[in-house]
Amino acid sequence: MTEEKVGVYVCHCGHNIAGTVDVEAVAEWAADMPNVAISRDYKFMCSSLGQELIEEDVKEYGLTRVVVAACSPHMHEPTFRRACERAGLNPYLFEMANIREHDSWVHADDINAATEKAKAIVAGSIRRVMELQPLEPFIAKIDEPTLVVGGGIAGINTALEIANAGHPVYMVEREPSIGGHMAQLDKTFPTLDCSACILTPKMFDVGNHPNITLMTYSEVEQVDGYVGNFTVRVRKKARKIITDLCTGCGDCWSRCPAKVVDDVYEAGLGYRTAIYRPFPQAVPKYPVIDVDTCIYYEKGTCKACQKFCPTDAIDFDQEDEIVVLNVGNIVLATGYKLFDARRIPQYGYGRLANVFTSMEFERMVNASGPTGGKVVLRDGVTEPQTVGIVHCVGSRDRNYNQHCSNTCCMAALKFAHLVKERTGAEIYNFYIDIRTPSKNYEEFYHRILEEGAHLIRGRAAEVTDAARLPGEEGKLIIQAEDTLIGKQRRVPVDMVVLMAAMEPYEDAVEVSHRFGIGCSEAGFFTEKHPKLDPVATMTDGVFIAGACAGPKDIPESVEQGAAAAARVLTLIGQGEIKIEPIRATIDEDRCSGCRICNNLCPYSAIEFIEELGVSRVNPALCKGCGTCVAACPSQVIEGQHFTFDSIMAQIEGILYDRIEDTERVTYLGSQPAEAR
Amino acid sequence: MPEKNYSEINPAWEGRKPVIVGFLCNWCSYRAADLAGTSRFGYPATLRDIRIMCTGRLDPTFVIKALREGADGVLVMGCHPHQCHYDEGNYKAMRRMALLRRTLAQLGVHPDRIQLGWASAAQGALFTETVAAMTERIAELGPLEWRDTIEDNITPRMPSPEIEEVVHGR
Amino acid sequence: MSPANDHYAYYPGCSIRSTSKAYEQSTMKVIESLGMTFQEVEDWNCCGATEYFSINSLPAYSLVARNLSLAAKQGASDLVAPCSACYLNLHKTDKYMGKYQDLNKDVNQALAAGNLGYEPGSLQIRHLLDVIVEDIGFDAIAEKIEKPLWGLRVAPYYGCLIVRPDSKYNHEYPTHLDELLRILGATVVDFPLKTHCCGGHMTQISDETAYELIRRLLHNADEYQADAIATICPMCQMNLDVFQPQVNRMFKTDFNIPILYFTQLMGLAFGISEKELGFDSQVISANAALKKIADEAPEKTKKARRDKKALPMPESLP
Repeated sequence: MTEEKVGVYVCHCGHNIAGTVDVEAVAEWAADMPNVAISRDYKFMCSSLGQELIEEDVKEYGLTRVVVAACSPHMHEPTFRRACERAGLNPYLFEMANIREHDSWVHADDINAATEKAKAIVAGSIRRVMELQPLEPFIAKIDEPTLVVGGGIAGINTALEIANAGHPVYMVEREPSIGGHMAQLDKTFPTLDCSACILTPKMFDVGNHPNITLMTYSEVEQVDGYVGNFTVRVRKKARKIITDLCTGCGDCWSRCPAKVVDDVYEAGLGYRTAIYRPFPQAVPKYPVIDVDTCIYYEKGTCKACQKFCPTDAIDFDQEDEIVVLNVGNIVLATGYKLFDARRIPQYGYGRLANVFTSMEFERMVNASGPTGGKVVLRDGVTEPQTVGIVHCVGSRDRNYNQHCSNTCCMAALKFAHLVKERTGAEIYNFYIDIRTPSKNYEEFYHRILEEGAHLIRGRAAEVTDAARLPGEEGKLIIQAEDTLIGKQRRVPVDMVVLMAAMEPYEDAVEVSHRFGIGCSEAGFFTEKHPKLDPVATMTDGVFIAGACAGPKDIPESVEQGAAAAARVLTLIGQGEIKIEPIRATIDEDRCSGCRICNNLCPYSAIEFIEELGVSRVNPALCKGCGTCVAACPSQVIEGQHFTFDSIMAQIEGILYDRIEDTERVTYLGSQPAEAR
Repeated sequence: MPEKNYSEINPAWEGRKPVIVGFLCNWCSYRAADLAGTSRFGYPATLRDIRIMCTGRLDPTFVIKALREGADGVLVMGCHPHQCHYDEGNYKAMRRMALLRRTLAQLGVHPDRIQLGWASAAQGALFTETVAAMTERIAELGPLEWRDTIEDNITPRMPSPEIEEVVHGR
Repeated sequence: MSPANDHYAYYPGCSIRSTSKAYEQSTMKVIESLGMTFQEVEDWNCCGATEYFSINSLPAYSLVARNLSLAAKQGASDLVAPCSACYLNLHKTDKYMGKYQDLNKDVNQALAAGNLGYEPGSLQIRHLLDVIVEDIGFDAIAEKIEKPLWGLRVAPYYGCLIVRPDSKYNHEYPTHLDELLRILGATVVDFPLKTHCCGGHMTQISDETAYELIRRLLHNADEYQADAIATICPMCQMNLDVFQPQVNRMFKTDFNIPILYFTQLMGLAFGISEKELGFDSQVISANAALKKIADEAPEKTKKARRDKKALPMPESLP
């Protein structure tokens, strides 16, 4: 250990460092430090000439460690590691001293202090690098199949891209049919294409693709493993239908006497039977029995569906099935749920009959919806003469969700158009801002303005039936400040549509833990980098796509679905992946089996080996956070590359000028004296 | 930041300046410090930082070691709670630091010398403010001189103060 | 389960000894039935109502803080005020003294001149309704009911000061008074203006403004066929009751809705006589409304046959 030969390189970075830090002085000073074999300063270390300097010195001087004092490791650590590798030196025997972002750039008006600090940082790096050990990355093979969780438009696209590339895909969807929220929509902005028309061909492709195994009415219960090697347990809930026999003829649901409000597909605006197919274009075409509302499960009678089924495909005793899948990559595309507008009592949803949510309205205007596409009040008959549309219900609101839901302005304008088209009613939109950023969206907005919708810039304060002025009796009154004219307005309307926010599902946090990824406090899954890596997560092998990562519209969901597929295909194509060797290892000879570390690991990477009475870290699950390393009371867990010894040495080095050498207590390190 | 004369704030400095050792987590606070650099924000040259992957890695021994080897204060900064890159490491850091500060207070180390804060990778300005504020505080408290004042004299000299566990940083 | 009896200091406020005697009368009867006692704050002074804070805030806070100090001195843990304005002033003072160090210093300096002092946070400031709903609880109340108010349609009127600027109850749509009235057996009207302003002191300053506000409340309650309005604040009660004839004159309406304190309704349900509950002090008589109270629980309306054409309504939140 004391025979190490360290090469120190102090970079000028042009004027960036040299303008403030006396780089020559630092290099000169470093040359006198113990174990430093060669110390240089150079204009641009990251240039090919700079890197070659290192390579040549390693060979010529037999350097065993390298320190480069320059910019942030986030910039060039990989660059210099590669240079070391080319020179035959293990890349983990390299250390960067940050004397630019953390020194020259922030202490520009104090050359002395900046130079002093540079020396301290370099001293710390020299001491640290001497304690580092050579490390090899861990290679994991990538299993070919991919799991796509969620059968909405994002998940469908991911699945098709991967399947078309010739690789197997498992798709798991919680509802009885794929299609997601897009299947509920009528027309899609800005082209006003029929949503079902553009979605159903894709749904059909998924259902019939030779490479896609579709599991609907199913949920992922447990995920184990790591990138390239996930083991996933899926529960296929019992449909109570023998799908091999079912022809999808529909005799069963047409006979079912039990009717309930359909609050999933019809958003509560229509009814369905206990045995039902969610919608006519459902994929797969098989119905499902809702055991909570079926008369047979409650009273033991009826069984009308079974009596009338021509192929005897009903099986009331069918049980859930557990399936275990081995996949290499996972894509989460679980989508969003709509904000519950009852949480804002001043808008009257749930109390006042003619207040509707955006999804209810979507079902209303849908030709195959509960009103056959007619815009009517809650009585199912009366056409409204005036309609008010309230934007940002539950969005942009500190009391509920701070975020903007991205799609509601366009959807609200779309509704304004559809109402005008079908009823000629007067329309009032109450907005905070009109957000129409994407291609052709602004043009759509202007079209709606020209069609005569009244847009009032003012957040609706309340929707009430308490009439106050003449003309308000019997109406719903929307009160808002019209900020552009600076006056309070009360607008009496017949019908109100609330543009409810897009939120994560209630169990999103739980789901994120199940898959080992992060999510925001609200429940939107966290991407690896919000700008440059929006579909990857911090967990290798798990990707996210669509609204589950944040509110977005259909084109963005499709894009993310394809992006996630591309990332998966890269991994499948490479066939293997290098896992950084920054992880914890337990010295089993010295582990006392106290198990304090077991529960600390957020990735459950530490298991207890009963037969040996020791804990062991799974190197592929371990992400190298070091929490267990710090917690071990016996200090037998080593955090590779961030070992106890290397950090203690770095502390000593960084404070080199504070203690006289004679006063320094010889640091014995964490190993017992005999073992050194 | 022009060199301050710290002796004006507390004569005990006798011409030298405070030294604060910083432990910054790779994903958030270290990047915040990088951002402070890229943005050319200025702060006192009192902080000497060490990179660790996560504040969960912070062994309380590191803090004691730093103080013992001549640091006048230690600043630990990580990701905001609920945004830890490794899920929960910063919560572990919170618990350990709370206990550590109480323990060190009993040995005579003022709890303000050890601070735990949060800064996301986008908060270069917050990082800068944190370092400046801590420097001022350490300047007021004066040099620590652990080996002279504490090591030779470890008897509980202060009753355990009510330490506010609120960590600074937003 | 009645909490310990030396636990509550009671701050009556000025109105309750003059125009709103019925409120105190009924309150005392009700808490007696429930086995509670309140210790009145010795030598309490006016809370300043709404105006004083706008005129000179430091003396206003100090005035209120004097009451807090006296209550704390009595050893109480909670300070109960039946009037919403008093409640808000006491609560606001305690809260802001805790939040703003300068205010705390100045107020305590003022109090020191009278050998008093107050540490913010020493008392829990409570409105009477909150104490009854939270500390007594609906079960204990239900046990005391002898004559449920079956068939009486009541609109619960909270007024604004109990839910704004802060409250642990929903600011726009609190439901605890609704619940209480339901437990008493009344048919609770879903009153959308339940937290709208009653006009406050505007009755003295601009009667057009105030009467219009009062008219709206009465009109809406009338539309919903309320037999009575239940209030929790002397100001609200006075405005809606005393000024009801003026409102009728100004707007040519003929409202005749009795405005009752919720404690009066509680007392009625507990079987206490109207006289003891101060029913003779209202301007609008409650006699007609009280005759509507039936001897039997109203029949549960059969579920109407589903209108085939109508669209389903969402269920209300639990």
